[in-house]
Parts: sequence; C-alpha cells; structure tokens
Amino acid sequence: MVWTKHDYEDIPGTYVFDGKYAHGSYPLNKMLFSFNTEECRDEFERDPSAYCDKFGVAGKYKDAVINKDFLGMLKMGANIYFMAKMAIPRGTSVQDCGAQFQGITTKEFQDKLLQKGEGLVEKLEQRGGYWNG
Amino acid sequence: MAKIIGGVTSSHIPAVGNAIANNLTQEPYWKRFFDGYKPASAWLQEKKPDVAIVVYNDHGLNFFLDKMPTFALGCADTYHNADEGWGLKPVSPFQGDAQLSWHIAESLVAQEIDLCLCQEMLVDHGFVNPIRALYGTHDVWPIKAIPLAVNTVQHPVPTAERCWKLGKALKKAIESYDEDIKVVVFGTGGMSHQLQGERAGLINVEFDLECMEKIANDPAWFANMSNSEIMRLAGTEGIETIMWMVMRGALQDDAKVIHRHYHAPISNTGSGVLVMENA
Repeated sequence: MVWTKHDYEDIPGTYVFDGKYAHGSYPLNKMLFSFNTEECRDEFERDPSAYCDKFGVAGKYKDAVINKDFLGMLKMGANIYFMAKMAIPRGTSVQDCGAQFQGITTKEFQDKLLQKGEGLVEKLEQRGGYWNG
Repeated sequence: MAKIIGGVTSSHIPAVGNAIANNLTQEPYWKRFFDGYKPASAWLQEKKPDVAIVVYNDHGLNFFLDKMPTFALGCADTYHNADEGWGLKPVSPFQGDAQLSWHIAESLVAQEIDLCLCQEMLVDHGFVNPIRALYGTHDVWPIKAIPLAVNTVQHPVPTAERCWKLGKALKKAIESYDEDIKVVVFGTGGMSHQLQGERAGLINVEFDLECMEKIANDPAWFANMSNSEIMRLAGTEGIETIMWMVMRGALQDDAKVIHRHYHAPISNTGSGVLVMENA
C-alpha cells in the first residue's frame, strides 16, 4: 500500500487536499462539516472533548482541535473550508488563520496582501483594455 | 431555440456577501471592486437573460466528502441558501428551470460528460455572491438560476481542459433546447489566492492578468496548463479559475470582450470580472 506521488507536493507551505490528506482526517472533517448546524456548534462549544469523541476524533487530531492548532489540523488533513466552520464562529477569521500559519499578526498579514495591489491602476493602464475607475 | 447571449466571470468570496449586507460597497476598501461590476450589471440589465447557469464550487454546504461529485447539476425548481457555519442569514431562494436542467443533463450525458444530478441542492456563497454582486440582493431574484457545481475542493479535481470541454458540451446542450429563452453563463471563483498553509496570502497579479486576457482570446493557453502548474502560480484555492473555462467553452470562439475589470487584493484574492458577448 503506497500513496501515489504528485508533482504538487514540493510546493512550499502547501498541503494539497487529496486522498492522502482526506483519508485519515475523515472523522475530523466530518465533525467540522457538522458545524453547518447551529445546534452542533453549540454542543461543541459546551464540551469540545465529548463532541470530538462522538465523531471518533482522537489522539493528535483531538489535541489539535482542543488547542485550536489550526496549522496542525491543516497538516493532519483538515480541509481549509471545513476548518473555517470551526474558526470563524470562534472569532478567528480566515485571515487570522493565515497570519497564524506564518507566525505573524493579522495586521501584518493584511499589509502583505495590500502590497500585492500596489501600482495596480498603472499596470492595468499599461496593459490596456481594462476598466480602470 | 434557446440562445446563449454571453458569459460573465466573477469572484465568489464570502466577504462580498458581507460587504453588500453591511452596506460597505462604497467604503474605500470596496469601492473600486464594486464599481467595476457596474458595466457588467448594466450589460445584464440591457440584455435581460432569462436564465443563468452558475458554474461554481460548493465549499462544504451541500456536498461533504462522503460523496464528492466531479460535476453536479441542479435539476430542481428551487434552490435554497443555508447557514454555512458562520450563522449568517441566508438569502431568498432562487428559482431554477427544471425542464432546462433535465434537457442539459440528457444532452451532456449523451455527449459523454457524466454528471451527478441533484433534485435537492443547497447553494452556498460560491453560487450566491456572484448573483448578488451583479444584480444586488432581492427577495425575488430577477433571473432564474441553475447551479452547475465543479469539485475544486478535494483532489483529483478536473483539469482546465476538461472544464473547457464541459463548456463546449454545455453550449450544444443549451442551443438544442426548444424554447426561445436567453441564457447567460457565469464562471465564478478565483482568481489567484491561497488560504491554507504557510504560503497563505499568495496573490499573483501578473498571472491573473495573463488569465484575464488568455481565457478570453486564447483559451487553449489555459487549457494546456496542469492543475499543479496552476496551483504553483495561483495558489491552491486559485485552482477555482478553471471554472471560467466552462463559461468560455460555452461561448462562441469569437465572442467579444465587452468589459474587463481586475482588482487585488479583495479579501485574500485577486478578482476578475470578464463580460463576453456572443455575436
């Protein structure tokens, strides 16, 4: 039994959500998916440990959930969209998560994003054919 | 017969829905992003399509990993939005066109495109936000909408080329429908962004602009890219841009670019609006 190798595996800081990640983390993602329902979010909030047990989320998976270790969860195969269903209601936005992944503040993360848009209007003018305000 | 009048691309990020709901569209952060939608909205107002085929990916509202279809088509009269885990108030339901959906299903399967057919389908922000950005929010939506979901969440996801082929088959399907209606195809998602891992925050403006131009004028360029190449350049979530190829395939080869708007960053992404019109 061997996981097939992929040419995307060497992209740094990236965990492409394929079978290798999705397989072992299935109970974790199933729990995260349940957070679409408000009653489930409330039940988790009241007793996170018991809620993990209910879904068979155990060992390192459970530890990461209890510690809100989002990068750890991701590396174990939590899908980012499912993970957002746990993070956002607890006041951790996707940008907060991104900042945590890099060990920087959310403000620093947002500033880095804003830098990507610097000089955009001039760039579009040069290329031509764009609406430009 | 049904006619495809053209196509529109749009980002579908959740923050767009929040910005509209909280009346922030003219705030400095959002103004340029939303103002660039106005010519697209005006084009839709003028052309008045009856039905939109909305190509999008579900982000874990309707589909879980127990069953993950590569392509899924809504075949219902109505589609409901619902809580995605953030406790936001869902928008009004969307009216579909079940007869057109079933015709498309029959035609696509006959053309060897196999689909999951859904008589119930919850539609998430990926479907809702492009419609809100283009039409505003309504209790009764001014256009019928049919969801066509593409798996971009769990790999293997289809290639850009496969999406292009789906679009070409969709063109044949719609144009063989025996009712005089006007159809528009929305290709949603993208552009470059990565939400996950230490590489989160990636935006690649140069690549996005190449995509904006090439998908319109030389779609084979994008069709020839592998998913690994696209993720390397555009981020793991940037893979969503493959869904624009469904829209492009559904249009005429010589469809005209009516409007091109690019903005970055908005939330975590580069955002592109392309309006293309068939002759």
